[in-house]
Amino acid sequence: MNRAFDLRISESHIEVHKFRTGAIVISMLMMLVIQAWLPLRFTRAALLDLPLLGVTYFGLSRRNPSTGLLLGTAVGLMQDSLSGPTVPLGLFGIAKTVIGYLASSIGARLDTEHPFARFTLTAGFFIIHQAVVALTRRILLAQPEPWFTLHILGAALLNALVAVFLFLLLDRLRRPS
Amino acid sequence: MPSRHKSLVLLAGVILLQVLLLAVQIKRDSQGRLIRSWTVGAVSPFERAGSYGFGWFRDAWRNYFALRGTKKDNEDLHRENDALKLRIAQLEGKAAEGDRLAALLHFRQTQSEVPMVAARVIGGSPGTASLTIELDRGEHDGIRRNMGVITPDGVVGKIIDAYPNTSQVLLLTDRESGVGAKFADSGIQHPVGGMGEPMLAMKYVPNDDDVNVGARVVTSGMDRIFPRDLPVGTITEVKAGNTFKQIRIKPAANLEKLEEVLVLLTLRPLKEPEPVAVKPAEPAASNSTPVANP
Repeated sequence: MNRAFDLRISESHIEVHKFRTGAIVISMLMMLVIQAWLPLRFTRAALLDLPLLGVTYFGLSRRNPSTGLLLGTAVGLMQDSLSGPTVPLGLFGIAKTVIGYLASSIGARLDTEHPFARFTLTAGFFIIHQAVVALTRRILLAQPEPWFTLHILGAALLNALVAVFLFLLLDRLRRPS
Repeated sequence: MPSRHKSLVLLAGVILLQVLLLAVQIKRDSQGRLIRSWTVGAVSPFERAGSYGFGWFRDAWRNYFALRGTKKDNEDLHRENDALKLRIAQLEGKAAEGDRLAALLHFRQTQSEVPMVAARVIGGSPGTASLTIELDRGEHDGIRRNMGVITPDGVVGKIIDAYPNTSQVLLLTDRESGVGAKFADSGIQHPVGGMGEPMLAMKYVPNDDDVNVGARVVTSGMDRIFPRDLPVGTITEVKAGNTFKQIRIKPAANLEKLEEVLVLLTLRPLKEPEPVAVKPAEPAASNSTPVANP
């Protein structure tokens, strides 16, 4: 057997999770609201990117690249809209589109149910998300933006840690198979 | 198309749409909206290439293909240029002749009571032994031997031979030539003669006499050939000799470029000629006509 056949076999054994009606929409809206409200109360909460965690989770769970990237697009554009005039529409939209696609694609190939896998993937997606944002700011907006800093690394680890618990909570929205 | 490829196409399309959305919103400081900057940046290379290509094609056409008839045009232009040069030379000659004839006419009008005849120089000395010229007027025009020949500028010489239709003039610069002269300022008289060279010599001026370079010399009228007060020349050099001064005079008339002259038919004194602004005489075509023929 060649590697492609093995991959198909492995893909066929990965479960595609379904969610309760409106669960994805409602949970994503809540994350956006919390993301907009929380930093006003707790400054450190600005390190969190709850919409990114939501896109990552649903992408990994649904395992459909098309729906994953469309979900990322919608969430990203909404986040852009809520971010005020200094953030143009499309900045987070592009980044979360990429993350939605990557999460869905990886989720279709790997078992992402283990907390360590979730932690690692979320940290990686956060860094990729920041890299796409930096790329967009540098090239398209001609704004100075660092590619990678320790601050970004710390934020990535924090988001990954939060994601481990948040994903457990979101697992409860799944339909029983 | 496989679903994997579909999702990739969808990803690219969604990202492209959002990039365009960004471009429409973003307004850079110096370049206006980003979409405009991108559009210009995307189109300008084609415009530049098109302009360069068109310019290359135009230059190639102009510099090569369109020059097929240039050789013939060049030859035609050369011929036309040569013809125009010749025409210009002819016109310049006629203009110079016109100036000279105008001066003669003016001089003739100021001396209207003095009989004189205008003549054209038709020949010169066949050798270096004598300095003579030939005129196209002769006995039929009233010209006789020993008549004076002048131009409005001054004395030229005298008639040494008159033939029915031509006459010969001995120039003032000939060794055998001479004219009764005097200083225009002091009136002191001394003969002036030729030396076979462009300059004249004033003779028999004692070393004690005071003679200045630049003094004007005119005819005295005592030689019975020229009336008095015709310009002979200007003193250019004065040297002390054994007994007499050696005085050189530049002739008033341009004896080396004579085209038209006047032959005096009388010894009646002339009026002082009025100054006329005339350009230097230039060689003219030989088919000119005399000014007056009394």
